[in-house]
Amino acid sequence: RFCGVGRVVSGYSTSAGIENPINPSIKVHCTQLLINGNFVDSASGKTFPTYDPRTGDVIAHVAEGDAEDIDRAVCAARKAFDEGPWPKMTAYERSKVLFRFADLLDKHIEELATLETWDNGKPYEQSAKIELPMISRIIRYYAGWADKIHGLTIPADGPHLVQTIHEPIGVAGQIIPWNFPLLMFAWKVGPALACGCTIVLKSAEQTPLSALYAAKLLHEAGLPPGVLNVVSGFGPTAGAALASHMDVDKLAFTGSSETGKIVLELASKSNLKPVTLELGGKSPFIVCKDADVDKAVELAHFALFFNQGQCCSAGSRTYVHEDVHDEFIEKAKARALKRSVGDPFKAGVEQGPQIDSEQFEKILRYIRSGIESGATLITGGDRLGSKGFYIQPTVFTNVKEDMLIAQEEIFGPVQSILKFRDMDEVIRRANSTRYGLAAGVFTNDLDTANTLSRALKVGTVWINCYDVFDAAIPFGGYKMSGQGREKGVHCLSNYLQVKAIVAPLKNPAWI
Amino acid sequence: MAARRISSLLTRSLSVSSSSVSTSLFASLGKNSGRNGIGKRFSTAAALEDLIVPPVQIAYTQNLIDGKFVDAASGKTFPTYDPRTGDVIANVAEGDAEDIDRAVAAARKAFDEGPWPKMTPYERSRIMLRFADLVEKHSEELAALETWNNGKPHEQAAKSELPMFIRLFHYYAGWADKIHGLTVPADGPHHVQTLHEPIGVAGQIIPWNFPLLMFAWKVGPALACGNTIVLKTAEQTPLTALYVAKLFHEAGLPPGVLNVVSGYGPTAGAALASHMDVDKVAFTGSTDTGKIVLELAAKSNLKPVTLELGGKSPFIICEDADVDKAVELAHFALFFNQGQCCCAGSRTFVHERVYDEFLEKAKARALRRVVGDPFRKGVEQGPQIDTEQFEKVLRYIRSGIESNATLECGGDRLGTKGYFVQPTVFSNVKDDMLIAKDEIFGPVQSILKFKDIDEVIRRANNTRYGLAAGVFTKSVETANTLTRALRAGTVWVNCFDVFDAAIPFGGYKMSGIGREKGIYSLHNYLQVKAVVTPLKNPAWL
Repeated sequence: RFCGVGRVVSGYSTSAGIENPINPSIKVHCTQLLINGNFVDSASGKTFPTYDPRTGDVIAHVAEGDAEDIDRAVCAARKAFDEGPWPKMTAYERSKVLFRFADLLDKHIEELATLETWDNGKPYEQSAKIELPMISRIIRYYAGWADKIHGLTIPADGPHLVQTIHEPIGVAGQIIPWNFPLLMFAWKVGPALACGCTIVLKSAEQTPLSALYAAKLLHEAGLPPGVLNVVSGFGPTAGAALASHMDVDKLAFTGSSETGKIVLELASKSNLKPVTLELGGKSPFIVCKDADVDKAVELAHFALFFNQGQCCSAGSRTYVHEDVHDEFIEKAKARALKRSVGDPFKAGVEQGPQIDSEQFEKILRYIRSGIESGATLITGGDRLGSKGFYIQPTVFTNVKEDMLIAQEEIFGPVQSILKFRDMDEVIRRANSTRYGLAAGVFTNDLDTANTLSRALKVGTVWINCYDVFDAAIPFGGYKMSGQGREKGVHCLSNYLQVKAIVAPLKNPAWI
Repeated sequence: MAARRISSLLTRSLSVSSSSVSTSLFASLGKNSGRNGIGKRFSTAAALEDLIVPPVQIAYTQNLIDGKFVDAASGKTFPTYDPRTGDVIANVAEGDAEDIDRAVAAARKAFDEGPWPKMTPYERSRIMLRFADLVEKHSEELAALETWNNGKPHEQAAKSELPMFIRLFHYYAGWADKIHGLTVPADGPHHVQTLHEPIGVAGQIIPWNFPLLMFAWKVGPALACGNTIVLKTAEQTPLTALYVAKLFHEAGLPPGVLNVVSGYGPTAGAALASHMDVDKVAFTGSTDTGKIVLELAAKSNLKPVTLELGGKSPFIICEDADVDKAVELAHFALFFNQGQCCCAGSRTFVHERVYDEFLEKAKARALRRVVGDPFRKGVEQGPQIDTEQFEKVLRYIRSGIESNATLECGGDRLGTKGYFVQPTVFSNVKDDMLIAKDEIFGPVQSILKFKDIDEVIRRANNTRYGLAAGVFTKSVETANTLTRALRAGTVWVNCFDVFDAAIPFGGYKMSGIGREKGIYSLHNYLQVKAVVTPLKNPAWL
């Protein structure tokens, strides 16, 4: 579903507009913390800069939340949960607030998409035509769930009436990443609010702007104060305070596996709050010998390069059957060379800059590592232009499993192509990773598709497609890619407690 | 005759301080009845001679087929009446077999060729949400039309039924994209999945007691599941369905997805039930007609049938009950909507220890009931739907008297025109009297005495019906025992007529087949397809 954004023209070396970036046509209004329904400065009075990845210039200074602000936000969320009205409202009333929010998102689509691209660097067409519509779609999806959360009545061995009620878990702490700031906001906030929880959300320090704007719209839609509190800030201060807070009943985190481990540790050391984790990946994309090579090339390209390669589910190990390998790499190289890189505000641009200097440097280090470890660099390999964080679409062949570029999450526009011979081998190699987030399978053979679907140790298998992210499709990882699932019916359980109620039956008509 | 239902929310105010719209209606009705009732009798019926002119025009009287309003194939029309006077409101196109044929052909095409079932569920849900918004915008006209054609209190239509209609469509819009199949474990190396597909063209026949709500109960789940529809309305109340169907098309419903045919049961209804190209029939109405519908379906193409039929629901007041609350709730359970509810609590079983107090207060409450022009504020009860029902109710009252039940109050018509009936209470009713066995479908409360719980279980279940039951007690054990023992599709404990969108509704025994509302209603409009394929070298089974 993410596909289809302009795929025209011109070698990336043309680097459309990189030296003369388009001026975004909006002003930044919301930069303070949003606590208990009010925009407020941080307790310390401190701010931090947020940057335009096209240039590294400062866009705005944003209130910097730390432990004290998290405390205040949790306090507001606690009160809003314990005293209401949010969890005491009917589910129908909650759903109406979410539906109104979705309508407001649709109404402000241009400002939100502009803000998202400005702060994150992703192509504006992608923000405006794909991500924003998907965000209001997700919110409508969860609005529909609010009044459909069923418990069970349970058969008992003796004369007992047993039922379960599914209660909101309480105050949810949510920490979201910078690669899809608004989508991650929707994935987290949608189900928690539908279930009747209140929230303290910490946004990524790289991209604090769109969450503040969206949260403001949610209040306009009728969300009571204190139900959703948004704190901008850094992981070691604000994030850690949220993860270890004794009055937070649930934590959901999306980010790197390393940080995820810290979050889980903080939760266990504090009040043992349940944790949902969406972490890194090194997802295999397997091109079988019967595949239509042209389609496979396009899809594998999309699977890796989409969103500047900054997807936890990126298809970052492209396994190609030896029978089609040579044709595949020639065409994959040509496709990478055709990729249109440039100012993300420019129409037809497929790839903008990486998010920041740290990620930019890290990716270039991985590219050097690939070269040094003996992989073949067939295109790209360097920065693009002289300012901002643009990187050439890069393709390596002859990649081996023991190379760093085949093991670690690069999170950038670097495709690694590996050759395989038979099915058992590719299953073993695809699974030989600490990650297990997603996989792509490209084949027209039903047996192959079914065998691979079951054998791959991953949370999502896309067959002849990739990055299909319906609101209803659950998403999450095996192994060190995470715990739990987001989206779909499965994600509701993240924000619910199950209470069993048991009472004796006197003279029951049946058991 | 059929019964239908409403709003919950009315009763919630007894136990909860909910913030919902209809709660306030109940509160206001209660207050009004108290205020207006003091020192007055229903027989004052002040407003009956000086009727308010309904604030609405009638725009739609033709059949709606394939997105267009059209005359009946025969060119015939039939009159629809104002139950306050018996005067004709409008002449409506009279559909019969030929019109049903045309409507089914349009629905068939819309299903087989799309776009409706081929649209994403999200797109279908957006159209349903837009429809709900349009209904909200036109609530006043719709409520006025509903009261004019049906006779129910305008406050009930406007403040309770229309909001609930909208609420139902919000609910079903939310289901459209949440209809999950399963993947299924198999004994051998097979991959098994189930797909829940729309069943096809649904025929739906709705009654006159809640014309708009019954539209929502039927149309909401069928459309959420991706079906197309031919809907036949009741001949007594054809107007509001045509109006909302028009709004649905404004909201973006493609032509042919929802076709509305006005007409009579033996002609249009029978043609729909026996049509070979209709994949499903859902009927709400009397048990006698329900049997015919099922027979026609069986004799034609064996289409699956959902039936919501009559009832004779017990309302059981235990010895530990708060009598004042029980009186109010039992009154509401029976008299709501002029007693024209299939789930009316029409057998009021009262424990002997509280019987005398209950009876005295129930009579006083009935005497306070405000009967009058349903357009007038504070009126709790309007006229019965038509002369046939009116006469039938009066016949049952005479039968009660003849069989030696004690007439405590009421017992006659009210005023000289229209179909108003006095709120009527019988005591000393025995299980073998007609008024304790048949569905009266009018404002006639029958009070029966009982001694112990096993006895009341046996007597409450001693009926061919099994639609609903009310239980009034403070004891958890009594509540749990009765809940399991009563053979009824809904048990309301310390409440009655609570009708959330999510709560399933339907009958045991001859009260019907299947359930409407809630997640259960989706099954009525889905086929389940199992898809099986072998697994080669599976990693696990």
